[in-house]
Amino acid sequence: MLDTNKKLTITFGEEQEQLLDIATSFARDKFPMDKARARIAAAEDFDRAVWDEMASLGWLGIAVPEEFGGSGLGLAEVVTIAEPLGRNLAGTPFVSTTLVAQALLKAGTAAQKQEWLPKICEGTIGALAIVEPHGDWNLAHLDVKATEAGDTLALSGTKTFVTDAASAGLVIISVSLGGGPALVLLDKAALGKASLEKEIVIDETRRSYRLKLDGVTVPRANLLDQAQTAAALKHIDEAACLLLAAEACGGTSGVIDVVVEYLKTRKQFDRYIGSYQALKHPTVDALLALEAARSHLYFAAGVFGQGEEGEIAVRMAKALSSDALAFASDRAIQFHGGFGFTYDCDAQLFRRRGVWCEVQHGDAAYHRRKLADLIF
Amino acid sequence: MSLTKQELDEFREEVRAWFEENKPADPGFLLPLSFMEVGTDEQFYFLRDWQRKVYEAGYLGMAWPKEYGGHGKPQALQDIVTREMIRQKVPFMTNTIGLNWAGPLILNMGSEEQKKAYIPGILSAEDIWCQGFSEPDHGSDLGNAQLKATRDGNEFVLNGSKIWTSLGRHAKYMILLARTKQNTNNKYEGLSFFLIPMRIPGIEVVPIRKLTGEYGFNQTFFTDARISESCLIGKEGEGWQVAMATLAFERGAVGGQAGGHAMMSREVAEVVALARTAQRGGRPAIEDPTIRDRLVQFVMEERSMMLNSARSRIKALNVDRPFSIPMSSKLVGSEYQRRMNQFALSLQGANAAYYVGDDLAYERGQWQRSYFNAFSATIGGGTSEIQHNIIGERVLGLPKS
Repeated sequence: MLDTNKKLTITFGEEQEQLLDIATSFARDKFPMDKARARIAAAEDFDRAVWDEMASLGWLGIAVPEEFGGSGLGLAEVVTIAEPLGRNLAGTPFVSTTLVAQALLKAGTAAQKQEWLPKICEGTIGALAIVEPHGDWNLAHLDVKATEAGDTLALSGTKTFVTDAASAGLVIISVSLGGGPALVLLDKAALGKASLEKEIVIDETRRSYRLKLDGVTVPRANLLDQAQTAAALKHIDEAACLLLAAEACGGTSGVIDVVVEYLKTRKQFDRYIGSYQALKHPTVDALLALEAARSHLYFAAGVFGQGEEGEIAVRMAKALSSDALAFASDRAIQFHGGFGFTYDCDAQLFRRRGVWCEVQHGDAAYHRRKLADLIF
Repeated sequence: MSLTKQELDEFREEVRAWFEENKPADPGFLLPLSFMEVGTDEQFYFLRDWQRKVYEAGYLGMAWPKEYGGHGKPQALQDIVTREMIRQKVPFMTNTIGLNWAGPLILNMGSEEQKKAYIPGILSAEDIWCQGFSEPDHGSDLGNAQLKATRDGNEFVLNGSKIWTSLGRHAKYMILLARTKQNTNNKYEGLSFFLIPMRIPGIEVVPIRKLTGEYGFNQTFFTDARISESCLIGKEGEGWQVAMATLAFERGAVGGQAGGHAMMSREVAEVVALARTAQRGGRPAIEDPTIRDRLVQFVMEERSMMLNSARSRIKALNVDRPFSIPMSSKLVGSEYQRRMNQFALSLQGANAAYYVGDDLAYERGQWQRSYFNAFSATIGGGTSEIQHNIIGERVLGLPKS
């Protein structure tokens, strides 16, 4: 039950302030909106030089303890990077790599953490394979199987929406093992045996792959700590929601900029169209939705991982940011009139991003349902 | 004077005990939720006596100067009292305009005579204050106020009318924005600000019946009403600046209020409680999935307002549009209240059709009434539509409508 009388505070530290400032300039410099279509059309999944720079800034190890080469901060600090990247529709393996590090921290064996976390901090890309063709948001619904055969595990089945898999140095997959869920680590060698097919996805800034695992075997030592699987899946789910919420809030800011610019410069019937209340008022509503979602986002960042309070906060942030970006980008298309119907208008890029952020890890209605059970 | 944590804790205990013991019993009739809703004499006298009791116990105007009836104590103590009053949901302090904006204004820029004359009665609720800002033809455009104050020697002669004068029938004084000069270069220059007596010849207060069926608001007519020039606060012709200072107190943007809470807000927790009692198919309404979904949305919205206010204090998280949150809080809060009250009605099933006065009305019909009264905030102080324009233009930089 929620204590509605409790005074809520948002903690926002100096590191977060600095990171937000740096990441905002970085995103603007490296991912200018006028190059968005060039980035989509590029043959490479992402810009390697920019990635290396992100690694050298230490961003891949922000939420990794110092003993593994990270800076020992948390996901609250990662949010301050994900949000501005989202605002400029950056396509990078930043989020997937961060989530893989989180999975390792939560359930990796000592040896796995020792081997992989320092590599991740230096720029090795991680990909997470936890979604399946059935599309169920329940991460425990697993058709992909691992069967024990001596010291090896034989894998079968298909994972979907494995972002950045082609460039990944490691992939962590969820499987059903002996009737229960388990997490398995795939290195380059194992990945070489799997089939990777590029998926056609609505958000063209993403690089998403289908991972077919039939015939792939891995050493048993690649299994993460099974006792921690459930906790790790919950942790990954919440972390993914938090970072998707950050991207969605960033995207909402970005698309409000796009539509406001058009409303200020486009004239019809000798008047700037932004002077018409039919366009002005819903644009203000989009701003109000953004402000609310963003307040929830930074509150959720501050209480992340703190039991039920953390879970409630992150689900609220995910639900509200999904809705905010959906509304803002949908109206942005409409308010551009005929231009909004073209591929050249930036509004569609944000609308596509919005659908992705909304439907990965549960849409708003799904989270509200979970919240009802937590609160009432 | 700074107080230790222990002293503050002890004080809180004392205050808690006092309110628990002295909190008024249910009067047997429905109490208003704010000063704008005081509709009957029995409501008014009940609330006035309650404010006086709190003041006499030393819990109101604690940080106001002693020489004018305050207690000259640290603000921190008053804040403890105010929070405790909200926590215990005791009735609000009914002389709201006096305590929260006329009083601070007088203390801030009034003359010594004005402070001595007006402050003690504000605190004791002996002298009720009302506000003369809006006019029938200038609802959303305060700067265009047309009520005339024509100088005649050392007097001003008032002609015109003001509307939405809450507490007007009970008020002894009014803060008044009037036009002392016609045909100025811009509309703001001709305005002056007065503290005027209400019970003089030429002032007539006519009650307006609200959509709730109750009274509370009034229209105040001025016909050759004469006031002394000593009623001026601030200089003649500088009324707009005084009005803006007053609004800053009213909106809580500037401190200095006497303390005590000004309204009883409806909270989502009450709607949740209602959903547990209301029935759907013989089961508590709160088990219905669509109702649960709506309730969660209200819980999130109520939290949004608290979190917006927390975030607005963090500069680094308000870089792009620094005034976005403060400028939108009235719009967001009032619209939330309106929709939440409306939803509370829908939970009552067929009984939502009862109204105040019927003994089958849920909680004496208070949700029906508070839904209607919620429009006072979505319309008053600049309608939600005007707020959208202001935010669109000043925060987003959109062209004027």
